[in-house]
Amino acid sequence: MADKIRVRGLSVYYGELQALRRVTTSIADRAVTALIGPSGCGKTTFLRSLNRLIDLIPNTRVEGQIFLDDVDVYSPGVDVVDLRRRVGMVFQTPNPFPKSIFDNVAYGPRIHGLSNQRRLEEVVEQSLRRAALWDEVKDKLRHSALDLSGGQQQRLVIARALAVEPDVLLMDEPTSALDPISAGRIEELITELKAEYPIVIVTHNMQQAARIADWTGFFLHGELVEFAETERLFTAPKEPRTEAYLTGRYG
Amino acid sequence: MGRGRRPAGTYWRLDPDLVARRARRLRVERLYSWGLGLLAWSVVGLIAAILGVIVWQGAPAISLEFLTQPPREGMRSGGIYPAIVGTLYLVGFTIAVALPLGVGGAVYLTEYARPGRLTRLIRLAIVNLAGVPSVVYGLFGLGLFVIFLGLGTSILAGSLTLALLILPVVITTAEEAIRAVPRSLREASLALGATRWQTVREVVLPSATPGILTGIILGMARAAGETAPILFTVAAFFLPRLPVSIFDQVMALPYHLFVVSTQIPNMPVELQYGTALVLVGLVTGLNLLAAAVRARYRRARRV
Amino acid sequence: MRNLRALEGWIYERLVALSGIASVVVMVLIFLFLFRESVPLFRDVSLRHFLFGRDWLPISEPPSFGIVPLVAGTFAVTVSAAVAAVPIGVGAAVYLAEIAPRRLREGLKLAVELLAALPSVVIGFLGIRLLVPWVKAVFGLPTGFTALTGAALLALMALPTIISVAEDALGAVPGTYRQASYALGATRWETITRVVIPAARSGLLAAVLLGFGRVIGETMVVLMVTGNAPIVPRSLFDPARLMTATIAAEMGETVRPSEHYHALFAVGAVLFAVTFLVNLAADRVARGREAR
Repeated sequence: MADKIRVRGLSVYYGELQALRRVTTSIADRAVTALIGPSGCGKTTFLRSLNRLIDLIPNTRVEGQIFLDDVDVYSPGVDVVDLRRRVGMVFQTPNPFPKSIFDNVAYGPRIHGLSNQRRLEEVVEQSLRRAALWDEVKDKLRHSALDLSGGQQQRLVIARALAVEPDVLLMDEPTSALDPISAGRIEELITELKAEYPIVIVTHNMQQAARIADWTGFFLHGELVEFAETERLFTAPKEPRTEAYLTGRYG
Repeated sequence: MGRGRRPAGTYWRLDPDLVARRARRLRVERLYSWGLGLLAWSVVGLIAAILGVIVWQGAPAISLEFLTQPPREGMRSGGIYPAIVGTLYLVGFTIAVALPLGVGGAVYLTEYARPGRLTRLIRLAIVNLAGVPSVVYGLFGLGLFVIFLGLGTSILAGSLTLALLILPVVITTAEEAIRAVPRSLREASLALGATRWQTVREVVLPSATPGILTGIILGMARAAGETAPILFTVAAFFLPRLPVSIFDQVMALPYHLFVVSTQIPNMPVELQYGTALVLVGLVTGLNLLAAAVRARYRRARRV
Repeated sequence: MRNLRALEGWIYERLVALSGIASVVVMVLIFLFLFRESVPLFRDVSLRHFLFGRDWLPISEPPSFGIVPLVAGTFAVTVSAAVAAVPIGVGAAVYLAEIAPRRLREGLKLAVELLAALPSVVIGFLGIRLLVPWVKAVFGLPTGFTALTGAALLALMALPTIISVAEDALGAVPGTYRQASYALGATRWETITRVVIPAARSGLLAAVLLGFGRVIGETMVVLMVTGNAPIVPRSLFDPARLMTATIAAEMGETVRPSEHYHALFAVGAVLFAVTFLVNLAADRVARGREAR
């Protein structure tokens, strides 16, 4: 399968602290890639360097290259704003804006210049349908997004990310703040969405990685220890450190 | 790339102007940020200019005589010693009243008050007291302390009025400081068999001292600079001798500045600026001191 | 020994509870005294005349205690001050909270705190020395002591309140909103105007109200620079007399008690009522935000 993203020797420093150590890997198109590892191992940093959201943290230094469709996203002349449009992101806790459901989903298209109300309505409906939320909210699009349940909010922000028609979807522990039933629905949704998008998901829930991911990478102390097809990684890890983590020897 | 499988889509690519519009928007945006920066920095520039003018024009007036002698010749020469002393007296007595009352109030709110109607009422009162105009405090002080309680125009009446004025500042900052004391410290003390009051006195208040101190200093600065509340409660137009009891009137720096800048014809400008400089120096010095205490305390806590 | 310790605790706890309710007591006392000292005025002057009378002539014979010119002066000066201060204050707060580099932010905040700390009598003094002659010369007026002069200085004095409350409100907007917006490809300006400011709306409104409350109660500056003519100003270039300045200027010279004395308390009561309402509104608005 074609690689959507190629990462070459990526190191990230927060001031003196090195958060990622020369990570090299590839992300496959139309597949789910899970990143696992103990907290503070660098998996979130990795995710946020893909859409350059770490640019917002002062004193951050990035070395190495990340190619999205053969363009290095850290090369000068790359439009960060366009990059972030192309790389959608879903965060750990649902973070809808304090606006209506409609305005949340329409936010991205609007800032990218879509002002035709009819087209906006189409995009909003389409995005909500793809996020499996349409039927639950179609009669209350003007209600505040903050009135939705946690699971609905998380699907709403997925719809919000889909509305700008990204090339890649990043998810940072998208189910960790949800109850098991809501989490199950998000997992189902991820499995559906991978038919169209490459999805990179950070999780500290190994069962979740095993359930939904095609590929899995294991991070430890800023290093990508092992990266393989999920089944292989979980059944026959090559690295002793991976095996130690999978059998519960790191916190 | 198999995009065709997605429904409809790629609306932004349908718009050929988008790239040009984006570039324009980013340029405009940079202009906005720049404009806001200019705005903010001109406010700072104005503040610097205000302080600069006062220092520049006031410094020539400052001398040992100015600081240690009473005014002479209808205040057109001599010094401002009685006003300095008067203000120090007022600030001292004000704090003597506001400190226990304010810290007590803060301790009550943080350690004893249960959520309910009374607590809500107290908070409402504090919020509104903070917004009562200072001249209304002056009226109140006149009505209650000077006339009703018969204290007359005196240091006591003026200090009590000022104390009530700064009470909200003291309570609010003290409360914030006390709330910042970790609960684990309180629990550790209680678990050792200390009573609630002992815990407050031995554990909570010492940990909160720097924060409380910040509030006290800010309150002192405020008390030193206020004019309206002391107009009818204590301030004397011209009184070269120093007070001997708390029932005496005193001169005060802010009122003196008002007098020399509006009530005395042909007043040498230099002496006006000199008075302003002493007042601003006192008030600004106290504020910087409060900022320093707070900064040190924050740094210490972060470790 | 144990009993003594318990007694000490008991005493202190009672004292603490007393200081807890002290604020309420003071609030009630202020209310009571303003009421008690204003009521006697209305034995001789009708409430209607006081509220709607167009002449404030306290030492004429017969005196007239119509508060309209004072209210009009207060309204003209404070509203103009707020209109000038709100865009500058909110703009500076946006710069501080969202744009300024972290290292500069603390310096900027300190400057704003120093402005807040400057005694109003000092601002009034500088107004007389610097702004009044300037206004007179630039606008070719017979006097520089005008409503405009007062409004400009009051705008300056409202800035620290507006900036610091607005900056707090903007700072309280969760970082996740900003991140989500950036992750969707929004620029900083779009994030500020479409996400951060709307999310901080009620806090910003509270900032404006508190700034207004601050300005309405300001006494010394307006006493010193607005000229104090007890007339309804026809434009900002006319002198004006405000409620606060009237109290400050006249209370020192009244006979106590007298009609004039009670009338000044009545003006104080009106002032108190207005600021009470403004602050109550600001508190409501700010609390509405917390409830969300």
